[in-house]
Amino acid sequence: MKLVEQFELGLDAPICLTWELTYACNLSCAHCLSSSGRRDPRELTTRQCEAVIDELQRMAVFYVNVGGGEPTVRSDFWHLLRYAVEHQVGVKFSTNGVRITPERARFLAATDYVDVQVSLDGATAEVNDYVRGPGSFDMAVRALENLRDAGFRDAKISVVCTRHNVGQLDDFQALADRFGATLRLTRLRPSGRGADVWDDLHLLPGQQRELYDWLLARGDRVLTGDSFFHLAGFGDALPGLNLCGAGRVVCLIDPVGDVYACPFAIADQFLAGNVLTDGGFQRVWRDSPLFAELRSPQTGGACASCGHYDSCRGGCMAAKFFTGLPLDGPDPECVMGHSEQALAAPRTLPGVSQDHSRAVSTRKQPVMLTLLTSRPAAPPVTACAGSPLAGFVPEATAP
Amino acid sequence: MTTTLDQAWTLSPSVALRPEPFGALAYHFGNRKLIFLRRHELVAVVRALGEHPDARSALVAAGVPQAHHHAYAMALAGLAARDVIRRRPDGGENL
Repeated sequence: MKLVEQFELGLDAPICLTWELTYACNLSCAHCLSSSGRRDPRELTTRQCEAVIDELQRMAVFYVNVGGGEPTVRSDFWHLLRYAVEHQVGVKFSTNGVRITPERARFLAATDYVDVQVSLDGATAEVNDYVRGPGSFDMAVRALENLRDAGFRDAKISVVCTRHNVGQLDDFQALADRFGATLRLTRLRPSGRGADVWDDLHLLPGQQRELYDWLLARGDRVLTGDSFFHLAGFGDALPGLNLCGAGRVVCLIDPVGDVYACPFAIADQFLAGNVLTDGGFQRVWRDSPLFAELRSPQTGGACASCGHYDSCRGGCMAAKFFTGLPLDGPDPECVMGHSEQALAAPRTLPGVSQDHSRAVSTRKQPVMLTLLTSRPAAPPVTACAGSPLAGFVPEATAP
Repeated sequence: MTTTLDQAWTLSPSVALRPEPFGALAYHFGNRKLIFLRRHELVAVVRALGEHPDARSALVAAGVPQAHHHAYAMALAGLAARDVIRRRPDGGENL
C-alpha cells in the first residue's frame, strides 16, 4: 500500500496537531481564521492543559503547533511550554511577537524542542498592517530581532499569501535571510473572519500560477505546511503529501477543548468531540464517527472525472465549506477553473459556530481602506451648493 | 554495505518512534524531520540495534532472512545518514 493511501486511512495519532490555547488576542487581523479577540471563560485551565499534554505524551505525539488567538498572552503560556518539552512533546508556536522580549527570546534560545513562528502578512509595514493592524509589522520585526540577538536559530516567518503580498515573495525571503529565519507560506482560508475578506484577498488566477512557479523554482528552502496541494493541478506536485489531512493526520484542539478535523474547519459540522467531556483526546481521535467518515475512502464526486483529481484530490475541504460549495466538488480556487460557475451562482454561506471577535473596535484594528485610484466622474455636491438643481444632470430625452 | 552490518548501532537519542499500522513513524527532534519505517521487521531491527553487538545479529534476531540482509543494510545506512540510528562507541572492535 502506498504511504499516501495509508495516510488517508488515518494514523494512530496525528502528525500535525494544532492546539489553540486561547481566543484572546492583542490584534484583530481581518482574516483571523478562528475569529479571535476575546478570551472564552470556558478555556482549559492550566491543570486541564497539563492533562492534555500528559495524554499527548502517552500517544507519542511528537510535537504540537500551538496557536490562538495569541497564545503568549495566556499567563501560564511559558509554564505550559516548559511542561510540554519536559514531557517529550515538542512545541512549535505561532505568535504575532507581542511577548517576545529580549528576556523571553533568551529563554527560547536556551530551550530545546521549541520552534517559533512569527506571523507577518506583508514584507512591508504598509502591506502587513493593512490586514493585521497598525504597528503589527514593527512588533513582529522586533520579535525577530530579539530572537536573532538571543541566538535563537532558525525561527520561522509565517506568511498567509494574499493578493497584496504575493508579489513580495522575494522580499519575504530576503527578510527571512536577514534574521537567519526560514520562510513559511500558507494559503488564505475563508475560515473565521477570513470568510468576510476572502473575496478581496484570495489570490487571483494569475497570481496562483505566479505562486506555484515561485514555489517550484525557489520553494526548496520554504515551508508550506502542505498548504497548496490544490495547485498541483498546474503540473508537477509540490513537495508534501498533497492530500487533505483533516481527521487523518491533522486535527485541532480549540481553547475550550473542542476537537475539530482541522484548524481551518472550526464549524459544528467538523466538531469531533471534546477532550473534557468525551473521555480525552485519544478517544476522540480514535473513535469519533466524524473522523471515521473522513478516513473512509472518498469518491471524488464531481471531480472524479477530472484528469487532475489524482494530483489535487479535490482540494481543501474547509475552503469549499466556508465558500458554500459542495464538499465533493472542486476547490473554490481550482486551478482548472472548475469552480467558477458554482462561485458565480447563488450560494448559501454557512453561519458561524463561534465568534470571539471584539465587540468594540480598537485602534489596533486594521482599517481595510485604500486610496481611490481613479477620479470620480464629477465632484460631489457640497452642502453649500446654492443651485436648486445642484447635482442634477439633465439627460437627453427622446423627442 | 558489509561494514554497516558489522558495526554496532543504536537508535539516536534525538529520535522518537511511534508504532503505526504500516510500521512506525520516527521523528527527529533535532532537525524536525519525519521518517517512515515501512516494515514492521525494520522497526523491530531498529529498536533492537542497541542490544546487539552488530547490525547483522539484530537482523538475525528479528528473523530477517539472509537474502534480505543487503536491502536492510541499505535501509540502515539511509537511516544513519538521517541520524535516525547512530554508531555505538562501544562497537570499537568492528571499526
